Amino acid sequence: MAEREQARRSKEPERKQVEEEGTADARPSDQKLDELLDEIDQVLEENAEEFVRNYIQKGGE
Amino acid sequence: MAIHKVLGTETEYGITVRGARDFNPALASTQLVNSYPGRRVRVQWSYEEESPGRDARGFGHEGYGVADPESALVNAVLSNGARLYVDHAHPEFSGPECYDALEGTLYDKVGEIVMRRAAEAAVELLPAGQRLSVYKNNSDGKGNSYGAHENYLLARETPFGDVIRFATTFLVTRQIFTGAGKVGSENGRPDVDFQLAQRADFFEEEVGLETTLKRPIINTRDEPHGDPSKYRRLHIIIGDANLSEVQIFLKLGTMALLLAALEDGALPEPLDLSDPVSSCWQVSHDPELRRPLMLDAASSATALELQWRYFEWVRKYVETEMDDPVALRVIATWEEVLADLEQDPQLAANRLDWVAKRRLLDGYIDRDGLTWDNPKLRLLDIQYHDVDPARSLHRRLVDRGAMARLFTDDEIGRAETEPPERTRAYFRGRCVSRFPGALVAANWDSLVFDTGESHLKRIPMMEPLRGDRSRVGPLLDSVDDAAALIAALGGH
Repeated sequence: MAEREQARRSKEPERKQVEEEGTADARPSDQKLDELLDEIDQVLEENAEEFVRNYIQKGGE
Repeated sequence: MAIHKVLGTETEYGITVRGARDFNPALASTQLVNSYPGRRVRVQWSYEEESPGRDARGFGHEGYGVADPESALVNAVLSNGARLYVDHAHPEFSGPECYDALEGTLYDKVGEIVMRRAAEAAVELLPAGQRLSVYKNNSDGKGNSYGAHENYLLARETPFGDVIRFATTFLVTRQIFTGAGKVGSENGRPDVDFQLAQRADFFEEEVGLETTLKRPIINTRDEPHGDPSKYRRLHIIIGDANLSEVQIFLKLGTMALLLAALEDGALPEPLDLSDPVSSCWQVSHDPELRRPLMLDAASSATALELQWRYFEWVRKYVETEMDDPVALRVIATWEEVLADLEQDPQLAANRLDWVAKRRLLDGYIDRDGLTWDNPKLRLLDIQYHDVDPARSLHRRLVDRGAMARLFTDDEIGRAETEPPERTRAYFRGRCVSRFPGALVAANWDSLVFDTGESHLKRIPMMEPLRGDRSRVGPLLDSVDDAAALIAALGGH
């Protein structure tokens, strides 16, 4: 564990750089979740039970 | 030094016909593949054993006969070097050979675009009111699974026993960051509301040749698709298909680095699990990431703890042996994701499909008062993976900026037609663009042309890193037809 903490500290500059590139303000916030669910309601298959029942995938690999 | 880890992914997609009471999945898959409107050539895909290339550079030519022209109906080679075909009852996109994990991620994402465009075009073939829906997932929730396989180039001299010993625990524990998430369990496993991986329930052996029954954690298929005296292709069948770009990158990048470290003797110990198969199910069935796995010496560790150990070994290896920005990026991403999972898995919702999906499911459960047996939750699970951006729940998250990205849509769109430049996929893809009328058969390690002469001409490509742009680009640009290409290659 101590070794790992040390390793993380020594890698600090690179970690910061990557966060700036890829994940800045991409973290979800809960106040947006309700909006998102409302949006999903609009595109979700209407009859969930029927759709799930008919989703059968045989064969492959 | 370990050989370069050329890699690629092959993904079988789920398929349904919406608006139809019943449908034939093999027919639907065939309609899909044959409808793909992008640049491609329908070919005979040959499975025959290759004879060793006569030319040490991996090029040469000789007479060749086509055995089964029927397979050309459902096989296409794309101008990006990929193969699009029907594997039993699923459409499959086998991406081109890629130089590194970043490129492998790009072409894995390209598969989604190819499937979407093919499904849109296939409407022409279907009765009014029907359309194909295609899903990048791995299970129907009813005991049927289909694969998302990874391939990595290994040196032939790497003892396969070492691969088994060192990779098994890694593959079992990496599910904490490779899982795409699934509602419920299947295949006789204990009941669970939600689990990390789509595929875990289907793995029943430690080692074996099978991919459809009694699936093994380590698959022993030995088809090198290259010079068999020099190479192995490690065929990993235990992964999930992922939508998250970061997750695909992490899955491919960590595996490639682990294998390089293994080949260079940089892994101190194999970290044997006492029961890898039941550990595989346990890891997947533990979204809190707390359950200890039994190790050999009556000790135990969680999947996360074991991943930290691999991380430390591989980080040291990369820092001392490699000067490669992509490898460093893998290490940085790996460390971030493990640290977030350790602190609170929710922190990884913008990078891991299983966390993102879980968040949507929990949101519906809270808002609508659903219980885990509600079919709506299974629907959400499936529709998360729809390749149609208008219907994909994953795409809803991307459009809201809730998923970290590695590529723009334009970059992925370009890779739909352009091949990787640093592997033999370049030669294959460019031949599709330049000589589509002459290309009649293909395999990963050869192309066969009909130039109008009495015999077909085969060009072997036994070296995955040759046939790249630097070696064949000028030649391809300088010849006017396939006959001239073959004459030029034979003339060397």
